[in-house]
Amino acid sequence: MKLTHLTALELGRAIAAGDVTIPQATQAALEEMARRDKSLHSCITILAEQAMERAETLQQGLKPGRSPLYGVPLLLKDNLCTQGVRTTCGSKMLEHYVPPYHATVVERVESAGGVCLGKGNLDEFAMGSTTETSYFGSTRNPWDESRVPGGSSGGCAAAVAAGLVWYALGSDTGGSIRQPAGYCGLTGIKPTYGTVSRYGLVAYASSFDQVGPLCRDAADCAAVLDVIQGRDCRDSTTVDGGYGGLLASLAGDLRGLRVGVPVECFGEGLHPQVANRVKEVARVLEHRGATVVELSIGELNWVIPAYYVLASAEASSNLARYDGVKYGFRAKEYHNLTQMYENTRSQGFGKETKARILLGTFVLSAGYYEAYYQKALAVKHRVAKAMERAFETCDVLLTPVTPTTAPKLGESLANPMEMYLSDLYTVPANLAGLPALSMPCGVDGQGLPVGAQLVGPRFGEGVLLNAAYAYQQETDYHTYVPRGGEG
Amino acid sequence: MNWEVVMGLETHVELSTASKIFCSCATAFGAAPNRQCCPVCMGLPGALPVLNEKVVEYGVKVGLALGCSITPVSRFDRKNYFYPDLPKGYQISQLYAPLCRHGRMEVEGVSIGIHEIHMEEDAGKLFHDPASGETLCDFNRCGVPLLEIVTQPDFRTAEQVVAYLKGLRETLQYLGVSDGKMEEGSLRCDVNLSVRPVGCDTLGTRTEMKNLGSFQAITRAIGYESQRQIALLERGERVVQETRRFDEERGETVSMRSKEEARDYRYFPEPDLPPVALSQKYIQLIRDNLPELGEEKRQRYAAQYHLPEYDCQMVTSHPALARFFEELVGLGVPPKQGANWIMGEVLGALSARGLGPQELPISAPTLARLIELVGEGKLNRNTAVKVFHAVFDTDWDVDAYVAAHGLEQVQDVALVEGAVAQVLESNPQSVADYRGGKEKAFGFLVGQTMGKLQGKADPQTVRRVLLEQLAQE
Repeated sequence: MKLTHLTALELGRAIAAGDVTIPQATQAALEEMARRDKSLHSCITILAEQAMERAETLQQGLKPGRSPLYGVPLLLKDNLCTQGVRTTCGSKMLEHYVPPYHATVVERVESAGGVCLGKGNLDEFAMGSTTETSYFGSTRNPWDESRVPGGSSGGCAAAVAAGLVWYALGSDTGGSIRQPAGYCGLTGIKPTYGTVSRYGLVAYASSFDQVGPLCRDAADCAAVLDVIQGRDCRDSTTVDGGYGGLLASLAGDLRGLRVGVPVECFGEGLHPQVANRVKEVARVLEHRGATVVELSIGELNWVIPAYYVLASAEASSNLARYDGVKYGFRAKEYHNLTQMYENTRSQGFGKETKARILLGTFVLSAGYYEAYYQKALAVKHRVAKAMERAFETCDVLLTPVTPTTAPKLGESLANPMEMYLSDLYTVPANLAGLPALSMPCGVDGQGLPVGAQLVGPRFGEGVLLNAAYAYQQETDYHTYVPRGGEG
Repeated sequence: MNWEVVMGLETHVELSTASKIFCSCATAFGAAPNRQCCPVCMGLPGALPVLNEKVVEYGVKVGLALGCSITPVSRFDRKNYFYPDLPKGYQISQLYAPLCRHGRMEVEGVSIGIHEIHMEEDAGKLFHDPASGETLCDFNRCGVPLLEIVTQPDFRTAEQVVAYLKGLRETLQYLGVSDGKMEEGSLRCDVNLSVRPVGCDTLGTRTEMKNLGSFQAITRAIGYESQRQIALLERGERVVQETRRFDEERGETVSMRSKEEARDYRYFPEPDLPPVALSQKYIQLIRDNLPELGEEKRQRYAAQYHLPEYDCQMVTSHPALARFFEELVGLGVPPKQGANWIMGEVLGALSARGLGPQELPISAPTLARLIELVGEGKLNRNTAVKVFHAVFDTDWDVDAYVAAHGLEQVQDVALVEGAVAQVLESNPQSVADYRGGKEKAFGFLVGQTMGKLQGKADPQTVRRVLLEQLAQE
């Protein structure tokens, strides 16, 4: 097997055993990037020299007892701040913005011996489901380059799927890790809200944003989450999830596990091939000792409007700082302060971002706050309560990740309402702050990956990863590789 | 028609915490521009606020001192507006669940209701450079903690407003939570003012006045604005609800923006900060440790030390003075004497140097010793004052200073008698004038005698000996 198609843990073991050096692995990844990323366009910034230098340094520091991910190269979504390396958020507004500090998660992967190869493409400010709203151009799906990789962590997903890098850190506000993982055949997890620091993650919707890994399998996800999770004194919304040591506790024993299947997630709009693949997951889990229960969570029907109201409201405030005064883009022509603001923000933001800023500003305005924002907030609490109740009768929920497999480039943006609605399965976990995992469960008739989602109760990361680990012991979908990468 | 003026205040208090409200940057006043900033207070992408617990503690102290109820779970909200001194494009403040509510303060026999007290962050400062036409931003003040104290519309006169602000400032100083310096902007006040016919129950249309930088400015602005509103109404016109800026040079209030132009701040809950939950135990602990405030001290000084009301007022006008006074008394200085020295020499020396009471250089033991030397008859009062001014800035050892300069009072009456005899002999004209009924001549002879003795004699002794010898001849 090609070096670049090992899992992150396999590479880590090979490095620890001395079978591969860190510079060799880094070099292999950079060569793969040079060969393929012109057409895939998964990276906004590639750090070739810097990565090779770091690889040499890490190689010298190699000794027994290091992190299992020591020396393994990764990609960072370009909304994670990197000291001295530009962090664009896929926006013209921050095209040349260089942060003076590292995000906490960046510090943590670096201290575990990570080698950052570059910054992954994304929808502008993580707003989108296709990576097409990036100012730097669309990323393509390595399974079919006429298709989108999903979004907003589309660059990261495409790079890991194509074998350009072993894992990536993305962010998930309404599905931005799980949906591209689903479209690209990866395993990705959005942790419980508050268990991974957001310090240095450029905010889209602060109540929902969470950083998490995109990997080739569940074990890799567990290893990465072990590194990045935990309280951070710089993010006061962090809590101690108490779920460290995830990798060590993967056993694959599903006896007694109750898998809930919400009927609302298998209704209208779901492609039959996707439905069949996901239902097949239930049978595999049963085979490993789990029991499957059907249940209904009526509140799920309200999640999309509530999510877009709340997320847009927060976004309109979070993005107010991009005003041309202090850093980032400033319009060339203006005659007074108001014009400077107007021209800067009109020219610096893309269409989708402006639409969400407008929507968010509207729902917070005098006279509409009660009608929209407060109602949406009430829905959020109802959904959280309903999910909590659901976990009284089951241990994990099984749903599709998306209604269909990856759409063609251009298809989604032509019909934004449909694009928003396709977030139906992923958004509830964000509204309720719960952990949720996406894993590949086969391919459709066109050979495109289908994703299954597992949602757990608060701090239930261990249960989710263990179920996915058991599933991946029974199946080999997670080892499927898109054709272009084999060459 | 007789008009009544109705006013409510919104006062911003800059808290004297060492670090900012949401980051660890220093808050000290007067640093070079943009030297006390970090990613958090500069609002850089990805940075997050972390609440400084000291701010909550100070806020609860003020709330309890003003008789407020403390909100068990208070929350932060975002106030959204664009301005270059506001780097995030929103201010973190409290709207829906402020830290304190429903307080009260007695002012000149009137009870002023405190509507609420909330915590928030300050904005930066802009400098408009007329030479280049450019505007420069200094973000040092961004994130300096503020308390906003909002009263009910309970004020009727400018005197009440000023008395309230002075009382508030004193309370803040006694609590040690703010220096309350209006000139440095650590106490800033907006006045909401409306007028109505006397006897009317409903409130008139109000205006909000900003940029009131001193008690004098507040008094003048209230005078101008109430007359302006009354004149409008008497002409049959209406008062427009708006924000007005006080122009100090012209002594007028000028419209800033009308209600229609008023900003829609689009408040919503701050998602980056968890709610501030305070236990009853925490609140009680702060309550139990509240210091004695000015009014309590005044009552105690009157009862315990029998100080006149004026002395009580003066000595407690700043907590540093009260502390100094109590230290003097603790060192055995008779209270009235201690108060006299503070009201006379100490305040005089401070004001001559432009210092505040908290910057008092001389220590209480030094002044206590000086007072003791006078009491023992070793220094006369005039010399003691000279010594006081000599050691004021350096807090030198008084005994050493007196010895080094040979200032100890002449105790030997024979020396005084000799000096008087010499003075009378060499000033026959003055002696003749005195005897001719010119009282002034006596003062001259006292001065001459004191001069001969280098000012070290007890003036009482000099007078007595002079009178004796003048009577003899």
